[in-house]
Amino acid sequence: MSDTLNFFFLLIGNGVLIGLMYALIALGFVLVYKATDAINFAQGEFVMIAAIVVSAALQAYGAPLWLAILIGLGGMIAFGFGLERSVLRPLLGRPIVAVIMATIGLAAILRGVGPLAFGTGVRNLPLPISEDPIFLGPFFLTPVQLVGAGVSLLFLAAFGWFFMKSRQGIAMRAVANNQQVAMAMGIHVERYFALAWAMAGVVSALGGVIWGSMLGVDVQLALVGLKVFPVVILGGLDSIVGAIVGGLIVGIVENVAAGYIDPYVGGGTKDFAPYALMILALMIRPYGIFGKRTIERV
Amino acid sequence: MLNLNNIEVIYNNVVLVLRGVSLQVKEGSITTLLGANGAGKTTTLKAISGLLRAERGEVTKGSVELAGQRIDGKPAHEIVNQGVVQVFEGRRVFDQLTVEENLIAGAHTQRDMGKVRQRTEAVYSYFPRLRERRSQLAGYLSGGEQQMLVIGRALMSDPKVILLDEPSLGLAPLVVEEIFGRLKRLQQEERLTVLLVEQNANLALGLADHGYVMENGRIVLEGPAASLRDNSDVKEFYLGISEHGARKSYREVKHYRRRKRWLS
Repeated sequence: MSDTLNFFFLLIGNGVLIGLMYALIALGFVLVYKATDAINFAQGEFVMIAAIVVSAALQAYGAPLWLAILIGLGGMIAFGFGLERSVLRPLLGRPIVAVIMATIGLAAILRGVGPLAFGTGVRNLPLPISEDPIFLGPFFLTPVQLVGAGVSLLFLAAFGWFFMKSRQGIAMRAVANNQQVAMAMGIHVERYFALAWAMAGVVSALGGVIWGSMLGVDVQLALVGLKVFPVVILGGLDSIVGAIVGGLIVGIVENVAAGYIDPYVGGGTKDFAPYALMILALMIRPYGIFGKRTIERV
Repeated sequence: MLNLNNIEVIYNNVVLVLRGVSLQVKEGSITTLLGANGAGKTTTLKAISGLLRAERGEVTKGSVELAGQRIDGKPAHEIVNQGVVQVFEGRRVFDQLTVEENLIAGAHTQRDMGKVRQRTEAVYSYFPRLRERRSQLAGYLSGGEQQMLVIGRALMSDPKVILLDEPSLGLAPLVVEEIFGRLKRLQQEERLTVLLVEQNANLALGLADHGYVMENGRIVLEGPAASLRDNSDVKEFYLGISEHGARKSYREVKHYRRRKRWLS
């Protein structure tokens, strides 16, 4: 096989792994949007805070890794519940812009509070995974990416099952579909809102550990959240499958674009390629590949 | 079974919608609530089901009792738990969910999975057409099927009382007849108690045991369905027939109404 073809497949392979990890974070966004119709601009900051908590537990308090991850998960679940209760519930029934502004404000607060509480330095979040690349014939993949992609896939499947098959998942979709009717069916709507935010907390904690171990933990980690928007716009704001597919597309596109264009322009392609794609998607298919279109009976 | 004692409902702290409504729904009976648009029928139902609060409405006076227990002021999900469920007008299915998922969502207050399956089967036996369509998205059902689905979905919680808001709205007479037939069966076989809000007075009085007529947030008439059907006022205003059996002109109706208001 020629080198150029190898290079291409390498880019694709890396893109798939990265894409799955984007999908995991995007899932947090989708869960919240699906259940509560709120657009969470603080998803990246959730990931950052989770990573900071886990790395602080690891390093400053010397907790073992499993405990640190548990603390991160528990902390983010509590954070999700608390946030819904204190910020979002009072905004219930207000215009959607109010909620958007609230999450943007929240993002700014989190970016400030994180370093304030845990210091500004870049921490690392070492996972017991070897650094040596795995060679598959001419390709090589980094183990941490493989693990990250695996974990992402596992949780995407678990959440997908939850939504499609479990009674609570069906109730959550019912809430998303029509709040008032869901309420009339005896569904405790606020409880499901809180659950959605807590689930966003869970995926953020996992995303924080994975991304934190790859990129290092500091405020910059929140930028991962920026990739969420092209992912969900491409896949559809309210679709779990869409999050996966959108994640894969964004992962592959940014890797391939960076691989071929970066040498000529000196870098940065990774950051704009997904957005160029997003704008294109908005023009062609604004509800995304798997997004719901409103059913209209004629 | 269900008692409303002199309730008053205010929206947004200013708009008085119900001005002292009292009504009684006997166990195992079908009671109908008639009235023109804006009379306060739907608000009455929402006052019972606890869904007023989501619309900034409030029961400010009087009480709602279910089997002797006060339920006004309780949150909607608790009221469903106690056995009162409201079916909105306009066939509000969860259109993005399949028929079966709609039913499962309706059974949210049921703890036991076996009970959910049993209820699902019961609903399918009352509305066989839903079984055929169980895996279809509810948004794509026909109007009649959607009406059956919302009634079936409400039955999933195994309610004692079902509050039905205009099930005949926008449906073909034949379909309405089918649905009303099922309601009668449900009443007889499951001893379901029904409070039925209708615009179609003729149909509703044909089905119901007892009726109330609302106007401007008040109950203005009440009685057994048969006697209401013979009441000349009801005939005039809701059945559209005059004492001579012919339709009256709009102008005369207006004239009559003016006089009646003065009387009350």
